[in-house]
Amino acid sequence: MATPPLPPRHLVSPAAVWMAVAVAVCVLAVLPVLGVALIATGSSDGLWSHLVANVLPRATVDTLILMAGVGLLVTVVGTGCAWLVTACDFPGRRVLEWALLLPLAVPTYIVAFCYADVLHPLGAGPTALRALLGITNPRDLPLPDVRSMGGAIFVIGIVLYPYVYVPARALFAMQAANVLEASRTLGASRWRTFRSVALPLAWPAIAAGTSLALMETLNDIGASSFLGIQTLTVSIYTTWLNRSSLVGASQIAMLLLALVLLLVLVERGARRGRRFAATARQMRPLHPRPLSGTAGRITALLVSLPVVLGFVVPVAHLANEAAARVRFAGLSPVLFGEMVNTVILALIATPITVLFGLVVAYAVRRSRRAAAVAVVRVAGLGYAVPGTVLAIGLVTALATADAWIGAVARWATGVPTGLFLTASGAALIYAYVVRFLAIAANGVEAGLANIPTALDDAASVLKADRLRTMVRIHVPILWPALAAAGLLVFVDVMKELPATLLLRPVGFETLATHVFAEASRGTYEDGAVAALLIVLAGLGPVVLLSRLGRPRHAGRPPGPEADVLRV
Amino acid sequence: MSMRSRLGALVAAGFALALAGGASAQQQDLTLYTSREEGLIRPLLDTFTQRTGIRVRTLFLTTGLAERVAAEGANSPADVLMAADVGNLVDFVDKGVTQPVSSPVLEAAIPANLRDPAGNWFSLSLRARIVYASKDRVTERAMRYEDLADPKWRGKVCIRSGQHPYNTALVAAMIAKSGEAQTEAWLRGVKANLARRPAGGDREVARDILGGICDVGLANSYYVGLMRSGTGGPDQKRWGDAINLVLPTFGTGATHVNVSGAAVAKNAPNRANAIRLLEFLVSDEAQEIYAKANFEYPVKAGVKSDPIIAELGTLRVDDLRLGDIAAKRRAASNLIDKVGFDN
Repeated sequence: MATPPLPPRHLVSPAAVWMAVAVAVCVLAVLPVLGVALIATGSSDGLWSHLVANVLPRATVDTLILMAGVGLLVTVVGTGCAWLVTACDFPGRRVLEWALLLPLAVPTYIVAFCYADVLHPLGAGPTALRALLGITNPRDLPLPDVRSMGGAIFVIGIVLYPYVYVPARALFAMQAANVLEASRTLGASRWRTFRSVALPLAWPAIAAGTSLALMETLNDIGASSFLGIQTLTVSIYTTWLNRSSLVGASQIAMLLLALVLLLVLVERGARRGRRFAATARQMRPLHPRPLSGTAGRITALLVSLPVVLGFVVPVAHLANEAAARVRFAGLSPVLFGEMVNTVILALIATPITVLFGLVVAYAVRRSRRAAAVAVVRVAGLGYAVPGTVLAIGLVTALATADAWIGAVARWATGVPTGLFLTASGAALIYAYVVRFLAIAANGVEAGLANIPTALDDAASVLKADRLRTMVRIHVPILWPALAAAGLLVFVDVMKELPATLLLRPVGFETLATHVFAEASRGTYEDGAVAALLIVLAGLGPVVLLSRLGRPRHAGRPPGPEADVLRV
Repeated sequence: MSMRSRLGALVAAGFALALAGGASAQQQDLTLYTSREEGLIRPLLDTFTQRTGIRVRTLFLTTGLAERVAAEGANSPADVLMAADVGNLVDFVDKGVTQPVSSPVLEAAIPANLRDPAGNWFSLSLRARIVYASKDRVTERAMRYEDLADPKWRGKVCIRSGQHPYNTALVAAMIAKSGEAQTEAWLRGVKANLARRPAGGDREVARDILGGICDVGLANSYYVGLMRSGTGGPDQKRWGDAINLVLPTFGTGATHVNVSGAAVAKNAPNRANAIRLLEFLVSDEAQEIYAKANFEYPVKAGVKSDPIIAELGTLRVDDLRLGDIAAKRRAASNLIDKVGFDN
């Protein structure tokens, strides 16, 4: 009997090639962070004794309180709403199901500006309240100030909860159906079913979403500094600007990164040992329990609250301000060009980011070694570094590259070339990719985790090579996850401010830089039109995103596409 | 097309683009990098272009302006660097992105304590750090900065973040005049008087006074003009109308001013045009635009302020060298942390 032919041998294994490509992507992603680290090795002139005595303890405590508050808020709101729209049927559920995503379209700093206006004693809220109570003098009705820790937690949390809502809903909707029904059949209460079965099942997705929201909280500068919260990120800027120490600032940024690594470890721990992919195909969609009468109305009210607070209130305020502004000062003709610039940047940066995310996440699937997982984590670091600090690291790296290119070009052509990469559109795109790679990689990775590895093995038995397996099997199944990641990246690029501001070419403006210019003139109300345009431009992608996650018709076995919607 | 030749074409195209970019940069008459918002200086730049035919391209960015110029190095397109705080101007010098300029026009127009002795930067307009006081609830019409620490204002003072450059510069000036110990005591006194967390911007001091949150606060002089003139809309006009303006002094009788100013970039491709812009900005015509459009104090003697600002009374500018104030900036920032001013 003839022995079966041996599989073809490669000099270099395909897994190693994948790994090499992934490492190359990570090196690119990490270069700006390394730039920051390099700056951090400089001398900080004895700054640290002051920082340790007077700045860092307070900043660390405030940062941790802010993160704990935001973490709790996004987890409770995101998970709670996801559960209610999946497990219950109540008036308005179909609309709320996608409307809950809308806050994603509004930048955090703009929501902070809006609430500072709306909740000011002279703002719409307290004015209406005083009219209701028959009070004329604002001093007779002191209300809590949004410029406080509580206010910051509220503002940031109410915008970021969709990061948890999206993956949690996908999990609840698709994965757990028959497990949940089994739990009910076995006599467990609804609450116990949620607590002991549904929640643990969705936990990895919730943890991933929460960690993204927390990273965004960590690198926020606009909202926290406007509301007067002294976070570590705010102290990075203070150290850089007022103490004129970019070195000291970079050192605090490194400290911040340590905090992020800790966060990532915790999140990893929360996800560990939970793989449910193999059973996913045997699931049926959950049949929601109808809630009628008072119970239905209360649930509807409860679930619409995050939409109202995170989207309707700020956007209504913006629309109102924008209308007043247009009547008063007319529509600025430059806005159209800025909108085009903004969308073009997002259109270029998004596919690159998603492709890189795919490469990185795929490397992890291939190798499943600790080293590979570490690579993914490292690639995502850019997300946690404050944008301006990252941009400084990037400028340093690009300027060096420009000097080399310039030298080569002069040698080859005899003509000085000027700046090639620094302050070019390419630098901006690069910054976006570095900054949002974590979103793409996380999304794709979570999606891949839900494709049974048995599929790979089957493909392998059928002698499909690795690339073919990916292109023919994984990518089609992954398509919704890729699209979801892409839409999130797209919206994030449009909202991005600090890196855009620092790296854009001379004479190139986007909607975000327009808003910032007006805000720094002290007339952030003037930026209302541009801010509203950012929101409007983000609505399309957000609505698309919500359609991706919508459960298919009952009776059709759900494909894995629904549960890969994790961010 | 083989892979190699495709790659070659791509690289060639890239270089062609870069060369075209370089060429178009050469045609630019002047490039201005500014951490002062562009809208505020646009009327000045437009007039400059009308008078000279020199076109100005601007890049507005705040954090990291000096770092970007430094990274661009010898190839930087920046000709003029502009900022709205003396600390930023001194930072430009410290980071080595300026060059000394000697110009009889600039030296004649700008008092010596308001420009760098070596000619690395020049003030172009002034703003006083003044007290906004409630029309309804405050009777005082004259105050010293020191008075804001008086316990009689307990729970009645509003201010933006102590770490904002406008406040850091004021604290630095106080350190330069009275030493760290006295300044620290003052900061603790003001901190104890705060009605709310230091946050937001200068205009919000007026808004919070109208909203009943506080009675007095520190803010820049020109915001009064921007609010009261109605250019910011009807709401802001109400804020501006709710306050009286007090031009405070240090014990010695002078008022703290900060400046907007400019420097010629170290590697300015159009150095002559850069100097022409600076000289234009201290001309009578430009100084009047600063006063009328932005409600700032002209830096040049003999040019009138806007009537809204003139209401403040005669400004006696502190004769400390601005450079000496900027030198105390880090000490000021540290002191503000030490007393937990922003917490």
